[in-house]
Amino acid sequence: MENRPISNERKRYIFLMNALMTLAVVITCALTLFFIVYVLYKGFPHITWELLSTEPSYLADTIGILPDILNTLYILLASLVLVLPLGVGAAVYLSEYATNQKVVSLIEYAAETLSGIPSIIYGLVGMLFFCEFLGMKTSLLAGACTLVIMNLPTIMRTTQESLKTVPQSYREGAFGLGAGKWRVIRTVVLPSCIDGIITGCILSIGRILGESAALLFTAGFAHATNGIIDGLQNAGATLTVALYVYAKEQGEFDVAFAIAAILMVLAVLINTAATLVGKHYQKRRDI
Amino acid sequence: MKNKKHLTETIIHGIFLILGLLTVGCVLLITIYLVISGIPAIREIGLIDFLFGKTWASTASEPSFGILPFLLTSIYGTAGAILLGVPVGFFTAVYLAKVANPKVKSIVSSAISLLASIPSVVYGLVGMLILVPGIREVFSLPDGASLLAAIIVLAIMVLPSIINVSLTALEAVPKEYEDASLALGATPTETYFRVSVPAAKSGIAAAIVLGVGRAIGEAMAVIMVSGNAPNMPSLFESVRFLTTAVASEMAYSSGLQRQALFSIALVLFFFIMLINAVLNFFLKKSKEEH
Repeated sequence: MENRPISNERKRYIFLMNALMTLAVVITCALTLFFIVYVLYKGFPHITWELLSTEPSYLADTIGILPDILNTLYILLASLVLVLPLGVGAAVYLSEYATNQKVVSLIEYAAETLSGIPSIIYGLVGMLFFCEFLGMKTSLLAGACTLVIMNLPTIMRTTQESLKTVPQSYREGAFGLGAGKWRVIRTVVLPSCIDGIITGCILSIGRILGESAALLFTAGFAHATNGIIDGLQNAGATLTVALYVYAKEQGEFDVAFAIAAILMVLAVLINTAATLVGKHYQKRRDI
Repeated sequence: MKNKKHLTETIIHGIFLILGLLTVGCVLLITIYLVISGIPAIREIGLIDFLFGKTWASTASEPSFGILPFLLTSIYGTAGAILLGVPVGFFTAVYLAKVANPKVKSIVSSAISLLASIPSVVYGLVGMLILVPGIREVFSLPDGASLLAAIIVLAIMVLPSIINVSLTALEAVPKEYEDASLALGATPTETYFRVSVPAAKSGIAAAIVLGVGRAIGEAMAVIMVSGNAPNMPSLFESVRFLTTAVASEMAYSSGLQRQALFSIALVLFFFIMLINAVLNFFLKKSKEEH
């Protein structure tokens, strides 16, 4: 067979496309690497024990981020405790109970809409509904409730994905032994979809840690050190909000970079955890 | 005994039904609140004056509430970010979907998911300290906080969404299409761009629309680098977006000013709903194609 050479025009096209692909990948990777290295380089020297373990003091003119760390933990805990049952319940309804296809698409459409709404709008509605209408005032609890709505679709989706992979025979086996629907869900279905719930949790933690616009008007800016009960009832800045305030309003870039470095390390940890959980359960499923 | 069990099951069914409908309730809640609190100011100012008024002077003695500068800034800013972000995202996605070996793919993919999980305030902070002074130096401006800085930050922030959605679409292209093209004598690179990409075009369109949604809704990173003055958009001037207009005045607003901010949020929400509808259209089309 005659081996026809590739025309010059085609060669140029192939070369151009390959070059563009390489360039794009290099840009993407370089950007990520730059962000990590730059933020860690600028932030790490300023992470001191004093910064981590004190609260800001106007008298001594020092800045500490302990209240912000605690606020972040409280808001994380409160949001997860509230969103988990709601999101998992919604997913269970969709995959175990719902029979009307129209209702299912309505719920799924609503979930997609929720995940497309920008956080600043969540912040506004959270302020109007939780802070003003329900009288929670500007408080961590109001912030947590706002985050619950934001993260509902995430938990719902990951749980649902995982419920889809629970074999129908598990359910039939349990029904055959005479168990009622609720008992089947509680003892067979939910334990088999634990991986989806964990993945959802990890993704939500990442989103909550990085959230700022939705918390600005719902949880506020205060830097007071409180226990969890008092903390939730009072206003407080999370790490991201504190970063914003220190960088934009006060020009304290060293503190801002220290917080950014902490957030970056957490982001890396969360990503790694999500990958590991995914791989772990993938393996178990393959067996 | 049997009746009691039946009753429990019905109650539990009811509870799950309520949980299932919760997302629908949340969407309704958000819509109703935005409409109720956004309409009064539009009524008072007048829809035309509100949308097409060129001056925003909310705290002046004779206040003026025209949001055209914010509208145009949001549109230009998003368009700019898409213009910069899409080519990079698109070519990266093609490379990852078709060319990269598994090891490279897993490294680059984890880099991208890391990029996606960097909080927006961190983007803003890095932008404030690198981009803003950089733009000031390069273009010898009095201040580098500008639309251009916002566009660059947004372009980086939309990259992960664009890459991930395009990647999924490209991976779903049936292998037979590519095999047929290769068998006809096309080289791999030609096959990727002339067969795989057209076959995945709805998914790639969805990726771009998702990027538009992300860019138009971003507030915190933009507020930190765009200077925040209510000017008509210009690449090297300090500008204010729809999102940042809400964020920057909410804390101290009252009366008509506060209501006008809710109206801005309503306009933004309208845009987002529109984008969502387009996104769903493309996602559905992409699913039907394969």
